[in-house]
Amino acid sequence: MPWPEKKSPEGDAAEKKTLGKGVFRKCDGCGETMPSEAFSANFEVCPQCGQHHKLAAGGWRALLLDDGALDEWDAHLEPTDPLEFADGKTYPERIAAAQKSSHAREAIEVGRGSLDGHAIAWGSFLFAFMGGSMGSVVGEKIARLFERATAERLPVVLLQASGGARMQEGILSLMQMAKTVGALERLKDARLPFVSVLLHPTTGGVAASFALLGDVNLAEPGALIGFAGPRVIEQTIRQKLPEGFQRSEFLLSHGMVDAIVSRLAMRRTIATVLGHLTKTSKAD
Amino acid sequence: MAAAFVLPFEKPVVELVSRVRELRELARADTALEPELRRLEDKAAKLARELFAELSPWQKVQLSRHPGRPYSLDYFDRILTDFVELHGDRTFGDDAAIVAGLARFQGRPVVVVGHQKGRGAKDNVKRNFGMPHPEGYRKALRMYGMASRFELPILTFIDTPGAYPGIGAEERGQSEAIGACLAAMARAPVPIIATILGEGGSGGALALGMANRVLVLEYGTYSVISPEGCASILWKDGSKADEAAARMKMTAQDLLRLGVVDRIVDEPPGGAHQDHDASARHVERAIAAALRELDILGPQGLVEDRYRRFRKLGAFVA
Repeated sequence: MPWPEKKSPEGDAAEKKTLGKGVFRKCDGCGETMPSEAFSANFEVCPQCGQHHKLAAGGWRALLLDDGALDEWDAHLEPTDPLEFADGKTYPERIAAAQKSSHAREAIEVGRGSLDGHAIAWGSFLFAFMGGSMGSVVGEKIARLFERATAERLPVVLLQASGGARMQEGILSLMQMAKTVGALERLKDARLPFVSVLLHPTTGGVAASFALLGDVNLAEPGALIGFAGPRVIEQTIRQKLPEGFQRSEFLLSHGMVDAIVSRLAMRRTIATVLGHLTKTSKAD
Repeated sequence: MAAAFVLPFEKPVVELVSRVRELRELARADTALEPELRRLEDKAAKLARELFAELSPWQKVQLSRHPGRPYSLDYFDRILTDFVELHGDRTFGDDAAIVAGLARFQGRPVVVVGHQKGRGAKDNVKRNFGMPHPEGYRKALRMYGMASRFELPILTFIDTPGAYPGIGAEERGQSEAIGACLAAMARAPVPIIATILGEGGSGGALALGMANRVLVLEYGTYSVISPEGCASILWKDGSKADEAAARMKMTAQDLLRLGVVDRIVDEPPGGAHQDHDASARHVERAIAAALRELDILGPQGLVEDRYRRFRKLGAFVA
């Protein structure tokens, strides 16, 4: 399917573009105004042009997991403030605000679920929680996810949407990169599959640790995926970046992802890959 | 060697250290002066230490970036023998921002990998100011693999503002290259000792940093983002870097407290740039001690030790 070049999908686009009382919305891609249900019924993919808008964690569960059901692990872990960090607001204040607005304790959910009959260990970043940034809790939950998947012999499907390491936890955030990759290598030693799903955006410390180390890396169309953010690169090289730079299609052509998969085909694709890697016979 | 570049706050210490050095030069022939000279040196060292005890985190950041500071190759010259530099990633090119190769450390074959900043403008262009591209990390990756196969300890030397944020770097997969380095370090069944010589700039530093023991020089730093970058995100004002440096807890002393590093290596009076030879001696001693600790662990023990070391880092409420 040809994919037209589109503007970047914005994190809060759904919120901002709401016209009236959430009845109609404008597509970020084609600009068409449609009833909100037209988007939500289609997992936030524009029925007109195929533009992928941000899908919340609950939407991803409904899209990929059987009955949308997740047996959540380590949901009780909460962040603390090791650096006593403040930048106008204190870090605990920022956490409280993020918890209130996102209705989540932290920026990732992990657990056990099943995807088209395959028992899997699941992780899904919550971009709405401080930009999906990886601090100690996110790192710990991912490390435990890989460890538990290894112990219970489950393949891991991890959906990334993260701006990178969480600045408010400083160097300890950076250490989560090493910790998570260490745990991932144990999963790999156990010859269990790691399917990495790259959503918009996947950058910084998350990109530069486990995100691109999947046995199979799948990306959503148009997702921003890269080490440095575009603004940092533009400031460094003092020139405008070319259109489509660091988008999924760019990564595909540069050999960094295996495939670009439309949201609506994601479940089928992951199930097929898992079937091959775990040598299970087809369910249907 | 005297450093030509002098930061405003280090001026009194630089003057003190240079004066003592001059005296030593003058008195070289006369052994009778030795006890007096020793006393003077000790006094100057103590004074220098006192003056530097008050340094702010931002001043320490400036020291960590001091252009007179010894870089990886300066240490290689002093603490290694039979160094054979190995070039290239076998895929795309050779990145001069990372130097690597085979050498002997105290007679023992090792693999070494270090960031390399340039000395002067021309060299800095060649070294890209110590900011590696993916091919630099893939060269490191090759070294980690070779060390693993031949059971050689890996000594890494960290000194980078960060991995380079540029078009070519993204085209060639900067993220994957760094991630792959972490994976290879996690697996290596050999001792790995990382020494932070100057700047430990984020993921670009960590790609050389997943070690059994992480040492940091007294005025070395390690952070998730540069203070300038932090300030420009938080306050949209890169000039508030001094404030950001304090908040990020990135000095050697902070890092030790947080468990991110295992040991601080003392620098000579006035900092490593005042005496490359003395600094190299301190680094050599610290690496040798760390190697001795690790030698008792077997291949699996080393992998496990490294896993545990990083596994416990982080702060959360369970």
